[in-house]
Amino acid sequence: MAVATIARRGFLIASVAIAGGVAFGTWTVRRPADNPLAKGREPGQATFNAWVRIGPDGIVLITPHVDLGQGTTALQSTLIAEEMDLDPGQFTTDPGRPDGAYWNTALAADAVPFRYTDDSIPAEALRDMARSAFKLIGAQVTGGSSTASDSFDKLRHAGAVARETLKAAAAQKTGTDVADLRTESGAVVLKDGTRIAYTDLAGIAAGIDPVKVTKLRDPSEWRLIGHDVPRLDIPAKSTGALTYGIDLTMEGMVHATCRVNPRKGAGMRGFDASRAEGMPGVLHIVTLENGVAVVATNTWYAMQAMKAVRIDWDTAPYPAEQADHWAEVAASFTEERLDSVWRDDGDIPAALNGGAVIETEYRAPYVAHQPLEPLSALVRVTGDRADLWVGHQMPRFVQQRVAKSTGLPESSVHFHNQYVGGSFGHRLEFENIDRAVEVATALKGVPVKLTFTREEDFAQDFPRQIAMARARGVVKDGKVHALDLGIAAASPSRSQAARLGQSIPGPDNQIVAGAWDVPYRLPHHRVTGYAVPGLSPVSSWRSVGASHAGFFADCALDELIHAAGADPLAERLRLIADPVARKVLEAVGEMSDWGAPLGAGQGRGIAFVASFGVPVAEVVEVTMTDRGIRLDRVFVAADVGRVIDPLNFENLVQGGVIWGLGHAINSEITYSDGAAQQTNYHMAEGLRLYQTPEIIVRGLENGTSVRGIGEPPVPPAAPALANAIFAATGQRIREMPFNRHIAFI
Amino acid sequence: MIDLTVNGTQHRVDVSPDMPLLWVLRDELGLTGTKYGCGIAQCGACTVHVEGQAVRSCQLAIGDLSGEVTTIEGLGTPEALHAVQAAWIEHQVAQCGYCQSGQIMQAAALLSVNPAPDDDTIDHAMSANLCRCGTYPRIRAAIHGAAAKLGGA
Repeated sequence: MAVATIARRGFLIASVAIAGGVAFGTWTVRRPADNPLAKGREPGQATFNAWVRIGPDGIVLITPHVDLGQGTTALQSTLIAEEMDLDPGQFTTDPGRPDGAYWNTALAADAVPFRYTDDSIPAEALRDMARSAFKLIGAQVTGGSSTASDSFDKLRHAGAVARETLKAAAAQKTGTDVADLRTESGAVVLKDGTRIAYTDLAGIAAGIDPVKVTKLRDPSEWRLIGHDVPRLDIPAKSTGALTYGIDLTMEGMVHATCRVNPRKGAGMRGFDASRAEGMPGVLHIVTLENGVAVVATNTWYAMQAMKAVRIDWDTAPYPAEQADHWAEVAASFTEERLDSVWRDDGDIPAALNGGAVIETEYRAPYVAHQPLEPLSALVRVTGDRADLWVGHQMPRFVQQRVAKSTGLPESSVHFHNQYVGGSFGHRLEFENIDRAVEVATALKGVPVKLTFTREEDFAQDFPRQIAMARARGVVKDGKVHALDLGIAAASPSRSQAARLGQSIPGPDNQIVAGAWDVPYRLPHHRVTGYAVPGLSPVSSWRSVGASHAGFFADCALDELIHAAGADPLAERLRLIADPVARKVLEAVGEMSDWGAPLGAGQGRGIAFVASFGVPVAEVVEVTMTDRGIRLDRVFVAADVGRVIDPLNFENLVQGGVIWGLGHAINSEITYSDGAAQQTNYHMAEGLRLYQTPEIIVRGLENGTSVRGIGEPPVPPAAPALANAIFAATGQRIREMPFNRHIAFI
Repeated sequence: MIDLTVNGTQHRVDVSPDMPLLWVLRDELGLTGTKYGCGIAQCGACTVHVEGQAVRSCQLAIGDLSGEVTTIEGLGTPEALHAVQAAWIEHQVAQCGYCQSGQIMQAAALLSVNPAPDDDTIDHAMSANLCRCGTYPRIRAAIHGAAAKLGGA
């Protein structure tokens, strides 16, 4: 039965894993990865694993998950430092070099067609296979809110091994028994209180095999995890001292910018750069595969000259006008475009037959990522090597891609990851890197920093998928009886895979993420996914599929609850089948004093969505004023199993709520003549400070696995707001952005 | 040749007079703490002080500059923080941090004219500075914190 279910569902990761197992055999899968730090080690330097290097000059902790602003550098170093007995300030961090040793052990958990609450044998078996696949391809990926779960055990273990090996070194140096040694604050402490700094033990430790560690510290002993530890990058980020990729300079560096066909995937017929050639500061005009770059002595000169280049573009390989995109989505609820039916409880056809069926339709538009640091890349290509200084979420894919485009061996492509000024999924793509490599290849030996204008960044942004849902529901005896939810969306996974030269044979779980796996127990519940082909290429946007599917699923349920005359919180509590999720709902009810009377014009809405294994409930309070809807307060409860960094956790939850609310209210990308019509922040701005409500956050720790919080607060924000607006005004808003339908302050 | 004073240091640059101050700072003087975000005064990441006033450096042509410029690097340093920077660290405001130079310059200019701003005043002064990570609640708290330290309310 279980095997049949898996076979019927079919799935990319599983098939890759199975193929990988056959091709490589068990040992290849089980074999520990080589330590990349051992390769370039200098005399006197010790390394115990891929994450810790110690030399006379100091302690370096490798933090291979790139810091996009979500605090991964602090999180990773905290986990190592906890077991290693290091204090903040006693080490430096380094993103390390791309290496298969840094494969992501956590992505697999959410890449299989089982609900996140399902720990049955077939579910775990398939997760194991998926993990093997990620290991085999050495998938070093930052994304999917997976840094905490990937790192939690692995990096504590790395720190513990370093600590125990340093103790062994101290024992050897002093002739004492290891059992008489302890560690504290970057030093091994002898029985008599003598302290030997770790850095003074590096030479001896270098000659000792890493000590095996089987047990990690009990949480009661933690000094850093779960405590308010300030992030180490914040002083530099508050003084202008932190260097982002866009800030890098290098001897002999030139500045470049480019324009590429805004009709994504279409080419260039020709161009006229004669007006640009003589402009101030211009050094070169470079013809790209589907665009033009200007190289100058200053970024602004390059941008000015770029405006003067006239380019004749090819037409878009997808519908030119937005209305035709919507028409395509609306026409996709067909057997032919059926992608998945992963939720089919009870008997939907029977339940919908005869009674009063409530039918609703929802829409979620394309949305841009647009982190505040524009895309850029500093690249130097010589005859025998390429160097890239740029922030990216998939370093090894960058390496492989650039090896291919330059014809160099992978080992000659040197990728230097950078701090990033926000991503939200934007840095999973390669447009900036590909263009910079084209220019740098044309100017061999010259370091080229290519910077997108904000307008080019908007034009080249692969947006969040466009999606639509049709819901049919039945209520009975004051309860929700049946919900049949069909969701049609462009497939972000297929679109991204295609750009990586791969294909996805099975369904795309992102079309229905957050909807099909919601831990409610309804008598009759079906979630059907339909894939819409042929539209604009799309990409992962903070919380990916759950950003549309969570909105659809929760709003559809809320409408049924109201139709049943039930209380929105009480009915959700009645339906919830998972004890961890139940506590999240109970918490937000208590925090928001659910049920307490509100003032005139006020309304309160609740939503629950679980994504990336994290159940999140949010209550939004709004007031209808004569100038429009005002956001008053938001209450959030989320369960990540373990809150590693409470200070940062609260910040990320608040930011996720603001991201979810802001885009739901005012942001979309629409296409005309094949290009995005929105060109800068005045046309897609998200929330501003004056609109920001008070946001009260509670992190729960009832879940059994440690999870990340970067994305999960986003999906419930839009439905909670829509449900609150309904409570305040009686108006149901079923389409994002909401300001198409109602005014906001 | 154009002369300008930035953070108390005199510079002479050979650029077009219509080049925005932002790009003189970043690409000519190497002061990259001031950020390019939008180029059209929609995000505030490029905010600097000219004679103490908050100015969008992407909109100020270098030829039109009159007065001394202070950038985030000149406001304070990691060793000698300005009160606003200290509050930003104490309140752990930054996520990606890319907007924070501009936010801090804007907040410092606000507090220099209004040492005890209320929430409405903060909203009014700060809402043209975009933060895509959504650190607004902590920005508000940090401004109140800095105001308290500076002797305001």
